Amino acid sequence: MSPLLALILLPIAGAVFGLAGFPARKAAITAAALNLVACVALLASYQFDQGGFQFLSSCPALPSLGISFTLGADGLSLGMLLLSTVVTLAAVCVARAPQNNVHWFYASLLFISAGAIGAFASVDAFFFYMFHELALIPTFLLIGIWGSGDRQAAAWKITVYLAFGSFVLLIGLIGLYLSMPVGARSFDMRAIAEHAQMGTLFAHDTVHSFSIFGFEYLSITHAQVVYLLLFLGFGVLVSLFPFHTWAPQAYASAPAPAAMLHAGVLKKFGLYGIIRLVTPIFPPHIASPFNTLLLVLLLGNILYVGLVTISQRKLDLMLGYSSVMHMGYIFLGLVAWNQIGLNGAAFMLIAHGLSIAALFALSGELRERTGTLDFGELGGLAKVVPTFGLLFGFAAMASIGLPGFANFAGELMVFFGAFSAGVPSRDSFFNNFQIATVIAVWGVVISAVYMLRAYRRIFMGPLVDRWKSLAEIAPLPKLCVAGLILLLLVVGFCPQLLLNLISPALIRP
Amino acid sequence: MTAFLLSPEFRVVFLGIFLLMLDSFTSANKRYIAWAGIIGLVVLFGFSFLPGLPEGVFPAGFYLSDPTAIFFKRYMLLATILTIALALDYSRVYEEFIPAGRPGAGLGEFYILPIFACAGLMWLVSAADFIMIFVSLELVTMCFYVLVASMRKNLLSLEAGVKYLILGALSTGFLVYGITWVIGLTGQTSLEGIRGVLPIVPQGYQVALMFGLGLVLVALGFKVAAVPFQFWVPDVYQGAPTPVTAYLSVASKAAGFVVLMRVIEPFLIVPGLEQKIVSVLTVLAALTLIYGNLAALPQINFKRLLAYSSIAHAGYLLVGVASVGADASGPAVGFYLGGYLLMTFLAFLVLVHVGRVTGGDDISDFNGLGRRSPVLALGLLIAMLSLAGLPFTVGFLGKFLIFEAAMQSHQYLLVVLGAVTVACGFYYYLKVVRAMYWQPVVADAPDIAVPAFTKLLIALLSAAIIIFGIYPQPLLAMLR
Repeated sequence: MSPLLALILLPIAGAVFGLAGFPARKAAITAAALNLVACVALLASYQFDQGGFQFLSSCPALPSLGISFTLGADGLSLGMLLLSTVVTLAAVCVARAPQNNVHWFYASLLFISAGAIGAFASVDAFFFYMFHELALIPTFLLIGIWGSGDRQAAAWKITVYLAFGSFVLLIGLIGLYLSMPVGARSFDMRAIAEHAQMGTLFAHDTVHSFSIFGFEYLSITHAQVVYLLLFLGFGVLVSLFPFHTWAPQAYASAPAPAAMLHAGVLKKFGLYGIIRLVTPIFPPHIASPFNTLLLVLLLGNILYVGLVTISQRKLDLMLGYSSVMHMGYIFLGLVAWNQIGLNGAAFMLIAHGLSIAALFALSGELRERTGTLDFGELGGLAKVVPTFGLLFGFAAMASIGLPGFANFAGELMVFFGAFSAGVPSRDSFFNNFQIATVIAVWGVVISAVYMLRAYRRIFMGPLVDRWKSLAEIAPLPKLCVAGLILLLLVVGFCPQLLLNLISPALIRP
Repeated sequence: MTAFLLSPEFRVVFLGIFLLMLDSFTSANKRYIAWAGIIGLVVLFGFSFLPGLPEGVFPAGFYLSDPTAIFFKRYMLLATILTIALALDYSRVYEEFIPAGRPGAGLGEFYILPIFACAGLMWLVSAADFIMIFVSLELVTMCFYVLVASMRKNLLSLEAGVKYLILGALSTGFLVYGITWVIGLTGQTSLEGIRGVLPIVPQGYQVALMFGLGLVLVALGFKVAAVPFQFWVPDVYQGAPTPVTAYLSVASKAAGFVVLMRVIEPFLIVPGLEQKIVSVLTVLAALTLIYGNLAALPQINFKRLLAYSSIAHAGYLLVGVASVGADASGPAVGFYLGGYLLMTFLAFLVLVHVGRVTGGDDISDFNGLGRRSPVLALGLLIAMLSLAGLPFTVGFLGKFLIFEAAMQSHQYLLVVLGAVTVACGFYYYLKVVRAMYWQPVVADAPDIAVPAFTKLLIALLSAAIIIFGIYPQPLLAMLR
């Protein structure tokens, strides 16, 4: 059996054991811990000097369409797998067992994890897609049954939105498949990249004019349609402005471990997909006409959503919006279309996953203790729970992108990449990439404003009487959050550690 | 000719006549008649895998035997078996609404008429001639007129019967009138003959030809529940006895699509006509997708929800038909219909049992089903996820193949519309899931006992949905 298949099956086994009557929490933690160990072992046995996809295993599923169940991992997917297993372990450890249906609760968490791991370990784009969808129903159940606040509305919204996004994505993938020459069509990511390099992808690209009863309503090339569909589909899944409204509400209502897994890991599926299936494949002449549009949208993420984040009065919603906002930076790195921007974006995928998971874990702990996340009701907590305050401070700094944390290295690379992107302007003015970068840098200021304000409102100021006897954070969650922050610091001080892993996998078009 | 008489349809007719005799001349328990029908059909289903008629066109171009026809003959047999099985479970509700002259009166026909309808449907999928299409379509429709209205003491059933009768007659009128035009212009009744004559039909006749074909499309639009010919669907589906609803929404729709694809095929070789036909189909598909999915959103009655969902699925199937340019379009439509049979019958099977105990078929009657009957709830969960199109189910692969065919023929508008409406679908199908798993059980609701045979059927259908959702090759091989 392929080691990657074991990585996918372990969480499912944990879920099945839990459902079969074993203590659910213990089964879940065991499965997650074993998975982390297995993932580290995989990382250790990866042949760095050889590079490329390793641990390959394949079995045909739908031969007539060139679909086969192929697993494999290169540096980038190993990085994502490591992120998934780390966050999964943290999430199941932090999780507070609910009163009802404990085993279903942990099983849903583990299914989300299995879906994410399966997606990152798939080499076949069709199964890459299918595994992501596997996580849709557990998310629906987790938010709908065990969520807080307006949980039913949030559960509907995220499910319908993501279903829409993934079907748009599916159509895009089909379009990509059909762009290959007949007879050589395949959903294998390696084959797609190969076709792109040899120039056989979009070789017979034609302009299509569409008309109903002689009235022409559209004139576009097939490649452009595919590009737009893929970007729109992945964009909805990553909460690209203006398709972001599902995210904040869902993350605010979701139980903390579900928010950690979804915001930290599953949402990265879309960006990972762009790095795998869009940037190395589309030649610039197809992509560049849409650059300005994408820049405007991602500035919407950074500026508009950033300002919305500042105006939030509850921590959970604020974190939800902040996670949407940070997607803007990663998109900026992707649209820059050069090596350094791509590296920065991939770097931020992992850095943001770790930092947002730490923040959601802390906010979940806080909600458990106080029953409220309203800034107006909290205050001065650092006096009674200093460790809590310290951890939150670290996580907030990481999220802002303070030097020393991994996020800083990622953001820096993204900004460098974006500023040097695009065609140099003829008359020495800034081109649109440089303008966008200059505006996007202000996002750092915005995130500093809301994060520090949140810290001040919760942990500083006069202590409210209600919280005089608040208990300090429990040892296990403390350990988990501290571990996540430690990882962020290690990677932040030695970014080369992570870059050496992911960089060879990033092909520049 | 003897080969023709031994064709599977005649065997089904003989089975039906035998059962009618049994019903009239013996006082056998009606349940045994149903069982005899199921067993007979299962045997005939097995026969269909033996080498039968050679491929080709039979007497005077009336009857066509090709892989598609053979696939759909099996399909109709399977649908009829499942309908009779449903009818068995439904009989207690049914008996309340028929005049009780003597015990079990009218129950025999309820089991036997689907068999005659099945023969008609099997002829329909083999029909290669307009006359044959008309005659077999009428055989099917006659059986359905009776079946829909057969719960004579139930007002809803009577209302449904009248509506179905009037609109069925109207669509028959359209069909005959359209056929007349086509025959008049080409001088041919068989599709093969029309294909031969079309290239030499004068250019000036094209408008008239399009008019005739348009009328035929209207009539078939009624059969497959395409918008704007769908208005009979919700009322008839809600009023008819549940097994008949299931039969109507699966078998009748499938036959309609097969005939639709067969009828338009010869006309596509004429360059000017192809464009127009595809345009008409595109508009029909777009309207059906939008209406079916949007109208399903606010439904609170499960049977009505399934009625609108059946319109919505007709929309996806029409997307496949509108992609006639792609060679994958025929198999995609066939595969979709195959999956549709599995998931629709699974949903109706659960509905019959829940309705039997709770006495209603609102979505709120499913509240807490997850605790009252885990087997039924799991079955319905799989059916709903598959209808919504979640991966690892046959419903997803069906949509995948349809979208693939549509992308191949560059129907971008329909494909994007399809993605939007799939998202709508997630909302209304998950509404049922929410009722089953989120909502508390009504205080005095009894647990639901499920007969062993039903459990077996639920297990088989669920397994088929998931297996064909991961490994569709066997089904696709039958279609290509």
